[in-house]
Amino acid sequence: MIKGKVHKYGSNVDTDVIIPARYLNTTDPAELASHCMEDIDADFAQNVQEGDIIVAEDNFGCGSSREHAPISIKASGVSIVIANTFARIFYRNSINTGLPILECPEAVAGISNGDEVSVDIETGIITNNTTGKVFTAKAFPPFMQGLIEAGGLINYARERLKQ
Amino acid sequence: MPGDDRFYCTLQLELVKERQMGQTITQKILAAHCGREQVEAGELISAKLDLVLGNDITAPIAIQEFEKIGAKTVFDPARVALVPDHSTPNKDIKSAQLVKMLREFSKKHGIVNFFEIGRMGIEHTLLPDLGLVGPGDAVIGADSHTCTYGALGAFSTGVGSTDLASAMALGETWFKVPEAIKFVYHGKPNKWISGKDYILHTIGIIGVDGALYSSMEFTGEAIESLEMAGRFTMCNMAIEAGAKNGIIAPDDITMAYVTGRAQRPYTLYKSDSDAVYKQVIDIDVSKLELQVSFPHLPENARPVSEATDIRIDQSVIGSCTNGRIEDLRVAAGILKGRKVHPDVRLVVFPATQEIYLQAINEGLTQIMVEAGAAVSTPTCGPCLGGHMGVLADGERAIATTNRNFVGRMGHVKSEVYLSGPAVAAASAVLGRIGSPDELN
Repeated sequence: MIKGKVHKYGSNVDTDVIIPARYLNTTDPAELASHCMEDIDADFAQNVQEGDIIVAEDNFGCGSSREHAPISIKASGVSIVIANTFARIFYRNSINTGLPILECPEAVAGISNGDEVSVDIETGIITNNTTGKVFTAKAFPPFMQGLIEAGGLINYARERLKQ
Repeated sequence: MPGDDRFYCTLQLELVKERQMGQTITQKILAAHCGREQVEAGELISAKLDLVLGNDITAPIAIQEFEKIGAKTVFDPARVALVPDHSTPNKDIKSAQLVKMLREFSKKHGIVNFFEIGRMGIEHTLLPDLGLVGPGDAVIGADSHTCTYGALGAFSTGVGSTDLASAMALGETWFKVPEAIKFVYHGKPNKWISGKDYILHTIGIIGVDGALYSSMEFTGEAIESLEMAGRFTMCNMAIEAGAKNGIIAPDDITMAYVTGRAQRPYTLYKSDSDAVYKQVIDIDVSKLELQVSFPHLPENARPVSEATDIRIDQSVIGSCTNGRIEDLRVAAGILKGRKVHPDVRLVVFPATQEIYLQAINEGLTQIMVEAGAAVSTPTCGPCLGGHMGVLADGERAIATTNRNFVGRMGHVKSEVYLSGPAVAAASAVLGRIGSPDELN
């Protein structure tokens, strides 16, 4: 069960604000985490706590294919990102790197910055503990659930090579 | 090889008659790469790949993940390309270390398609020019602008580093077959209007997520008469509308480009007349003015006449979007006999070493240098605010690049306006955004 405080943003939160290009000359997750969301919320890296949740509106993660974006979010302690929609490369990268994501416009509309929220990833049930409201997110297609169960794309590839 | 094309084209026509469902060009390419005759939008498939690529920002993570997979080597060294272009010539020690990783990995696994400065180019211009991508190919790249190669009638899409790692090991990857949006461009463009103006206007209509997860098919008389440079520009920016891929059916113009370059056999596909589209959008290019996309989203496209009071500090001409010889000719034609405005810095990036040399041979570089431009060796440089022209607090740039998010080219309080080379060159002279027609 995921549980944490919400950091809420609007639409089109792009990869340049999630992890600016000036920090892309490192692959170290901890270093990337220290600059996470820097160009949209300069205090995020300091304020974020283990288990916290990012909530956003449309097209979260649009722009570059840089995997540094979901890596920095995951390494900063964020447990899940909930949005109306995700940009497609970011969506794919999140699944591949093991950053949980869910699409649920009702939940986004019913959650405010600072709320305490719990999420059950297996059922997709999102509970706003601050308001008491409950929402259900769209589940992943079976293929993707299999990928996640395998532990992400690298584990999946490793299994394939053994065959 | 031409015989193969006719065979494949004929075979495709035969199969069409038996099909129950019309296929888009994207569906046909994906089907062919998973050994099927047709695929449905929304289906999950595993497709074999003709080329996988990465750069100095994305390949280091891919290399680390690749080692975790336990593969002895890459699936086919001739079908992997690693292009250090984002922070080269090495801009600092960290970048030098990242490029070194690519170099050593390439040597270890016999990847010949690794390119050093002085013998390289920006990946999305270099690789098609070298014939490493061709019509009918399925390509993934760890760079969002991999969609560029759709201009050749290939299926080409951007992915992350982990996807690249897996693909380098297995030579295939999974896709969800996209729905398609058909764009039909009618009419003849006015003077100066280019592929960049077409695509900025298009993203302005549908928005930065208007083609989310979809295929963007660019068709119509204006596309059929558009040169390759303009086609690459349009497909390059498909990702800026959230698309899975952008694609243009190959024709005589494509063949003129491909002939003599192609390193592998290729296949020509086109959409069936009864292919299914999510949406069809008609655009009349004869009504188009030169476009400028205002900060901070590529979708904020407006006619240049609405931008003429905006002073600029820097103009950038080049990048994978507009760094070809055709773009440089337009810019040089405007700069000839003129000077860059005293308050403006003009930086020019021919996209490959070959184009760089051609610009010299055509006298374009002389014109630009005499005008006061800083003409650079090929690099992605300022496009992503990396180096070679970063913006300070409060500065504004007009750029022929593809993205203008907050902080894209430098300080979080700087601004980027996007345009084609005609506006970027004219603006460099005027000291503010403007059209070449305003120059005396």
